[in-house]
Amino acid sequence: MENKAFHHALKIQKEQCIGCSHCMNICPTEAIRVRNGKAELFENRCIDCGECFRVCPVNAIIIEQDDFNKIFQYKHRIALLPAVFSGQFPEEVKTSQIYDVLIDLGFTNVYEVEHGVDLLKESMQKFAENNKESKPLISSFCPAVIRLIQVKFPAMVENIISLHPPLDIAALYYKKKIMDKGVDESDIGIFYVTPCAAKIAAIKSPVGNENSPINGVINMDFIFNKVYTNIRRGNFQAGQNVEKEQLSPEGVLWSLTNGEIDNMEGRCLAIDGVHNVIDFLEKIENEEIKDVDFLELRACDESCAGGVLTTKNRFLTVERLKKRASQYKKNKKGNPQKQILNYYPFLKENICIGKVHPRSMMKLDENMAEAMKKMRRVKEIMKCLPGVDCGACGAPNCQALAEDIVQERAVINHCIFIQKIFEKKGILEWEQSYEIMKEIWGDDKLNRKC
Amino acid sequence: MVMHFEYDIEGGDFSKAGNVSSLLKKTLKQLVGNHKIVKRIVVSMYEAEVNVVAHAYSGKVIIDIDTDKISIQVKDKGPGIEDIEQAMQDGYSTASEKVREMGFGAGMGLSNIKNNSDEFELTSKLGEGTELKIVAYLKNL
Ligand SMILES: Nc1ncnc2c1ncn2[C@@H]1O[C@H](COP(=O)(O)OP(=O)(O)OP(=O)(O)O)[C@@H](O)[C@H]1O
Ligand code: SF4
Ligand SMILES: [Mg+2]
Repeated sequence: MENKAFHHALKIQKEQCIGCSHCMNICPTEAIRVRNGKAELFENRCIDCGECFRVCPVNAIIIEQDDFNKIFQYKHRIALLPAVFSGQFPEEVKTSQIYDVLIDLGFTNVYEVEHGVDLLKESMQKFAENNKESKPLISSFCPAVIRLIQVKFPAMVENIISLHPPLDIAALYYKKKIMDKGVDESDIGIFYVTPCAAKIAAIKSPVGNENSPINGVINMDFIFNKVYTNIRRGNFQAGQNVEKEQLSPEGVLWSLTNGEIDNMEGRCLAIDGVHNVIDFLEKIENEEIKDVDFLELRACDESCAGGVLTTKNRFLTVERLKKRASQYKKNKKGNPQKQILNYYPFLKENICIGKVHPRSMMKLDENMAEAMKKMRRVKEIMKCLPGVDCGACGAPNCQALAEDIVQERAVINHCIFIQKIFEKKGILEWEQSYEIMKEIWGDDKLNRKC
Repeated sequence: MVMHFEYDIEGGDFSKAGNVSSLLKKTLKQLVGNHKIVKRIVVSMYEAEVNVVAHAYSGKVIIDIDTDKISIQVKDKGPGIEDIEQAMQDGYSTASEKVREMGFGAGMGLSNIKNNSDEFELTSKLGEGTELKIVAYLKNL
């Protein structure tokens, strides 16, 4: 179970990559190395948080999406939008205009994701009541966090609330609703507009091992550009008759920081930003922090408003969504619409996810005696390495190089300081160390005219 | 084959309380496949570490990791424990108000350590110090 291959939405395009090592240095799970002048990924460590995507100066890291034309394989083409999508547009753009353009682009229906939030809220509260012994409960909302827990905090997988996030609930709901009108399931295509790579990865390989009800994924920046361009150019047919269901204020805010904890009982904390989440989980794991009932953990700063595929400044997105929520509150649009209420029995039956399995990446060896031998060697190697963490070896720090060496993924003279020492001792010719650096950083960087 | 680690703990330095258990955790995650056992050991280590910081003047942690068991000794110089049976009781604590404000002092530490280890031995000499020995077997669970 532990070592099953996981789908990753983040891909490094070797042709574009300049081997600058920005991504290697930011990666929270140390999943990246530089070899032959290109970034390389350890797939089993990657949690699809997208930090590398953010820092890449040449856009060499891409987030794989489905071909847009895939929607036309279906008779019923549903665009499923997270609330943060509406937050991408400037104030003047009306929701109805966004919907009109989406219909123009080829969708037959447009729905928002967070309709399931009201049901989920109830179910989460009930889950918390029935699972008091596995405190703190951790929200299943952010797939990057789930993967982080699987690989780095395996003992904590049992704290994850085993309920589907709003996205899956919405997809189940709309699919069922359309099927109830006599439509064949194979004619329905549900396409999610994603703010991040993690959601794509979760759809392509769901943690609980079930099949996702979502048929395809479209990146938010891509569809935003299409929609906004058409709106700016007046390039769409206004007044399309799109069926609309109103989100509750809680639904509008759910994907933002604090969106969940405001609905949970007891001592609840919201942490955003992947490095903050890691720091906090370290303390929770040691039981240094006790008596927390519920944790809302999100990999992005300002949660999904800061998703890697969003285009607008995250603080402005938050501002816009908060405005939207308070308008709904004023208009008393707080209750879930009657339509979805009819589907509660069906959704409740399908709301649980399977067990989340740990897939720890930290072990040096499956066999403990071997692991101990390797750890000893790491310690010996660390005595030789300078502790500068310069990254010139193509690993993010000295410790990582030492571990790579014992795992036979690197050798000690990858370290530029060791090269100097060896040269002085006459063990290494300068031509040899020149070749080593070329192996790591590629011909390009060492063939410059200076 | 045993791997041996030693660390010092300073009494009263709450800002560093938890450092030894974090280091131990990092080590164990690289060695031990059973993450439940790792968690139990780390939780014990943390409680023991904090007890030295909270109640003693200085201490030493000695950890021995073997393929079948992990042994931890925590020896401190400090006031010692007068009545060990009483100290072991859930909720019993002599922690001052200052310590309680930091979130410590619920009086659960020692029993928590005991519950999370397979062997537990606590000895103390009043006015000299306290010694805790715990063992966790890796074949268990
Ligand atoms: N190393 C030590 N030196 C001296 N006294 C100690 C030591 N360890 C524990 N004690 C005594 O035993 C009591 C109970 O310890 P225990 O760890 O169970 O609770 P606590 O430290 O008071 O609170 P907490 O629940 O935060 O651990 C302490 O209040 C203290 O009086
Ligand atoms: S916080 Fe939201 S946008 Fe960011 S990784 Fe998690 S689910 Fe994706
Ligand atoms: Mg204590």
